[in-house]
Amino acid sequence: MIWESWSAFWAMGGRGFYVWGSYGALAVGVIVELIALRRGRANALQSLRDNEHDA
Amino acid sequence: MARTEQQSNEKYSGRWFWRYASPATFYPLAGTLEKICWIIAAVLTVIGLYLGLLRAPVDAQQGEVYRVIFIHVPAAWMAMVLYMAMAFWCFTGLVLGTRLSFIMSHAIAPTGALMTVVALVTGSLWGRPAWGTYWVWDAKLTSFLILFFLYVGYMALAAAFDDKKKGDRASALIALVGAVNVPIIYFSTVWWNSLHQGPSVARAGGPSMAASMLAPMLILTFAFWAYCIAAVMHRVRTKIIERERDAAWLAEAVK
Repeated sequence: MIWESWSAFWAMGGRGFYVWGSYGALAVGVIVELIALRRGRANALQSLRDNEHDA
Repeated sequence: MARTEQQSNEKYSGRWFWRYASPATFYPLAGTLEKICWIIAAVLTVIGLYLGLLRAPVDAQQGEVYRVIFIHVPAAWMAMVLYMAMAFWCFTGLVLGTRLSFIMSHAIAPTGALMTVVALVTGSLWGRPAWGTYWVWDAKLTSFLILFFLYVGYMALAAAFDDKKKGDRASALIALVGAVNVPIIYFSTVWWNSLHQGPSVARAGGPSMAASMLAPMLILTFAFWAYCIAAVMHRVRTKIIERERDAAWLAEAVK
């Protein structure tokens, strides 16, 4: 641990907005993709089941 | 005698390879690969973030804001690698006509586009304190923005056709033509003047970064690789379910 305190860690030498903005953008992007992956799978399985019932 | 044995061996090894081009065989394999890669991605992300945010020293020139590099560079690398992988599968799809090829390229595109957006956003947020501007129309940044439009154009074109096979082939052409953009991105800082710094890892004389800074970046690069493979494998399986819905094996596999 190179930081003297947690507040120094979050401040990132006064560049917190840019550093945490970057890591936050990555986190949001990954979460959106994970939700989209789950939804896509659920939709595909649903239409597969509908297809079976029709047949 | 020996010759026929060798021939039959070649035939067998050929068959072994082609088996994985079949969705029925690839579906369970992709599932296993996906699980392994989620675990690797999670473990390496924790280690990489720990080393990058809590252990790596401050940069003498840039201060703390340089820590954006730990995610910016892996995202940018993955954006380019995934594009080349997408173009490769488009090529094999066009030339060999294997069903799995276009499923692979369609599965890669959204994750590639995400990596491109992450690289652009983190680069922009880093550029403001480092260069004094969020954006500049130089070769590196402009060609990277074009990469994003290529991903979006590829996905839009693939989705625009009612006939999936036509969409596969038309979008594959876009992907292949656009592949010339990737070496332009990579070498842009060498070929043209740019605010963006040149290569500092894959360069003659070895990386110019300190080991304590290089390690988290490379560990997170492997984490990004694992994440992208897992996400792509998940999407491959979803697309196989969509495209092979009438296949008898599928009902058994998704139980």
